[in-house]
Amino acid sequence: MNKFIKKIAQINFGLMSPEDIRKMSVVKIETPDTYDEDGYPIENGLMDPHLGVIDPSLKCRSCGFRGGECQGHFGSINLARPVIHVGFGDVIHKILRSTCNECGRILLDDVAIEEYRDKINDLLNQGENLNDLIKEIYNISKKDVCPHCEAEQEDIKIDKPISIIQGDYKLTSSEVREKLEKITDDDAFVLGVNPEVARPEWLILTVLPVPPVTVRPSITLDTGERSEDDLTHKLVDILRINQRLIENMEAGAPQLIVEDLWELLQYHVTTYFDNEASGVPPARHRSGRPLKTLAQRLKGKEGRFRSNLSGKRVNFSARTVISPDPNISINEVGVPEMIAKEVTVPSYVTDWNIDEMKKYIENGPDIHPGANYVIRLDGRKIRVYDETKEAILEKLEPGYIVERHLNNGDMVLFNRQPSLHRMSMMAHEVKVLPYKTFRLNLCVCPPYNADFDGDEMNMHVFQTDESRAEAKSLMRVQEHILSPRFGGPIIGAIHDHISGAYLLTREESTFTEEQALQIIRKSHLPIPKRKNEDWTGKELFSLLLPDDFNINYKAEICRKCDVCLKEDCENDAYVVIKDGQLLYGAMDEKAYGSFSGKILDAIMKEYGPTRTKEFLDRSTDLAICGIMKTGITTSTNDEEIPDEAQERINAHLVMAEEKVDKLVVAYEEGELEALPGRSLEETLEMKIMQVLGEARDKSGEIAESYFGMDNHSVVMALTGARASMLNLTQITACVGQQSVRGGRIHRGYIDRTLPHFRKSELGAKAKGFVHSSYKGGLDPIEFFFHAMGGREGLVDTAIRTAQSGYMQRRLVNALQDLQVKESGLVTDNNGLVIQTMFGEDGVDPAKSDYGKAADLDKIIDEMRIK
Amino acid sequence: MKIDILKHNLVPKHEIMSNSEIKKSFKDLDYEIKNLPKIKLSDPVSKNIDAKEGDILKITRDSQTAGTFVTYRVVEK
Ligand SMILES: [Mg+2]
Ligand SMILES: [Zn+2]
Ligand SMILES: [Zn+2]
Ligand SMILES: [Zn+2]
Repeated sequence: MNKFIKKIAQINFGLMSPEDIRKMSVVKIETPDTYDEDGYPIENGLMDPHLGVIDPSLKCRSCGFRGGECQGHFGSINLARPVIHVGFGDVIHKILRSTCNECGRILLDDVAIEEYRDKINDLLNQGENLNDLIKEIYNISKKDVCPHCEAEQEDIKIDKPISIIQGDYKLTSSEVREKLEKITDDDAFVLGVNPEVARPEWLILTVLPVPPVTVRPSITLDTGERSEDDLTHKLVDILRINQRLIENMEAGAPQLIVEDLWELLQYHVTTYFDNEASGVPPARHRSGRPLKTLAQRLKGKEGRFRSNLSGKRVNFSARTVISPDPNISINEVGVPEMIAKEVTVPSYVTDWNIDEMKKYIENGPDIHPGANYVIRLDGRKIRVYDETKEAILEKLEPGYIVERHLNNGDMVLFNRQPSLHRMSMMAHEVKVLPYKTFRLNLCVCPPYNADFDGDEMNMHVFQTDESRAEAKSLMRVQEHILSPRFGGPIIGAIHDHISGAYLLTREESTFTEEQALQIIRKSHLPIPKRKNEDWTGKELFSLLLPDDFNINYKAEICRKCDVCLKEDCENDAYVVIKDGQLLYGAMDEKAYGSFSGKILDAIMKEYGPTRTKEFLDRSTDLAICGIMKTGITTSTNDEEIPDEAQERINAHLVMAEEKVDKLVVAYEEGELEALPGRSLEETLEMKIMQVLGEARDKSGEIAESYFGMDNHSVVMALTGARASMLNLTQITACVGQQSVRGGRIHRGYIDRTLPHFRKSELGAKAKGFVHSSYKGGLDPIEFFFHAMGGREGLVDTAIRTAQSGYMQRRLVNALQDLQVKESGLVTDNNGLVIQTMFGEDGVDPAKSDYGKAADLDKIIDEMRIK
Repeated sequence: MKIDILKHNLVPKHEIMSNSEIKKSFKDLDYEIKNLPKIKLSDPVSKNIDAKEGDILKITRDSQTAGTFVTYRVVEK
């Protein structure tokens, strides 16, 4: 095979003339039969050996190459009568409509034609798109009388997809072709048909190209029966009708019969090109299945373009459901044994690993650390079977390649769609585990945006040492703890990991020495010396921290007191870590949560990825122990408040609703004063929204005052593990105002939202204020408003994802080939300079401190301490 | 009234570089000067400072990340 690279300078699209098709054709196809009784292809049949060969043992009669090397050759069928090409029905209609029925000139005067010719030439010279101009020409060239020959014009209509009707008469394809032939080259040019590559009459087929057999190979079934491709079936149909048409015409059959056969030929050619053309019943296989013809091969999701050209599939990959495993490292991925036995790693046999490799081969394809194939020195690949094992083992020597099973410690790529950022594909270390799901550590859920409600993920196995090495240094999970999006941690604790740390480290949490040592042991931490007294949770947590680690910050649980008491905070919300000892404050989301973990961030920036990985892995273990000390559970009991509180809330809400009524009265009596820049109505809406907003907040505050940290729902909300105080107060106290389009609800019936209200009623309830709590239950009206607001939320997210997906696609297309040189220079793939310094400051955001090269305040603080 | 667009606060400082300046600035560059971003000869700024085709403009502008940033553009037709 020739192995030189050709560069495509340009592609010209045009129509094939009948002469082109004949010139390209190596054989005229005339008989509808394919093979004779002995199974040999018939000459001038659809399987004529001139059309190329597939079997590598045969030689092609046209080019002399063997099967596999011969790419096939076209044949042709001479159609007895011309036939319209389905793809061009519209174009033919438009051309005929814009040209004279008699003389074939464009229905424009000569001046206008010249003007448009110049315009087209201008656009061509500027290399710009002609579509709009051509459309305009078609629209404008409509006249009742031809300006050239003064013939009256009849209406030309199209009956989709291919019937052209003039007045009431349906034109035959021959008549259409004659009309198109009349159009001069110059006129064709103005109609958008470049006479250098196409003529209007070529839109009508007189010769049909027959694709080579390589395009429509026949399959031999297990029974020895031959099954032909759908295209071959269709071509057989065309040939049969064509033959009958010729015979009838030669015999001088009545016009009616000839026309019927012609129509049938048109149908077969149409469905040969497109079997889903509207208005044409699809051609079916004997079984009733519609045939897959040319257009169906290309079109749609399963078509050649989207499925084969844009959608490339790869080997050595696996996909399954994911599930959580807090006991594996963030760098690891749990791979089901079933998958590990299927996808393999090619390993070179050397003097040092030959014994290991022999063991794999001995195990074979069915026992786990085994092998599926062996590649010999001559490059031949042999499957490992029980029968072939012995022979392979005997011959095995350095230089062989063993395709061994995936094993613990192998590097693999792990991915979850949609792959929106680089953390969507990270390199993990394999850990082969039983059962059938991929297992992953919970800290890597945020970068993949994964949860376990049925999500599936893909795994790819590296096949070369170079790719493995590159992935290990660039794509490993621990290298991606900091996100290039904001220069902070994206991999970090979530959910129970956070509430666990809080339960472990809060003030009253103490352990006997026995308990403490057990926890330390379970967390795979080095066992410290006994100190013969109780341990606090804070002391346990300190074991995770580097010895010289210092940090102070306000925790997530901080209640934003007016004057911060710092170390003396009664909520234990001021964290002080000195020399690796957690002295004050409890751990929560701000400590090591994904997106906001301060300790995590500081450890990453000061001690690097390996230390941070260790910190996360060990803290997971510790948090599990912390959560197991008390256990964490939640129910609606957590949202229970005393009757007295419920009454206070209710009184408050009633008061607010009365206040709204008063505002409405003031508005109706014209006593309300408009705010600057607002209309009276807007002012009223704003004031009502404000009153009702305050009412809900206040009712929430009342409820909150009955919630303490012994309440697990509150623990989860305040530590940032899951849910928020708003969620809790909506359950207990008041759901609050529902909104559609950013305001109160106004839509529905004429001048009112529901028929339960008076027209133009402006009160709280009539416009979507939900007085009830989720726990107390919504009344039907409230429920309806709540559904309206909820629906808007769902629609918004659906639209947002579609919009941002398209934006992302365009951005990626614009940036994908840019490269950053060592000097910071950013160029595109043609060497054009985009930036002389990456990001203008040359800072890698993933290695930065929240976007800045360094946090000067922090550095100065540190120097002061020393 | 004629407005001096160079004084507008959204128009960064454009200067035509002298040959010696060019030699100094691009002494050890790892790209070709012709690959720099372009600015049209007909651009209001190039017209305003009388740039010729082939000149290199030194543009000093405010930068969100780096404070101020210097970039270059080649004047083309
Ligand atoms: Mg999911
Ligand atoms: Zn051939
Ligand atoms: Zn005419
Ligand atoms: Zn405080």
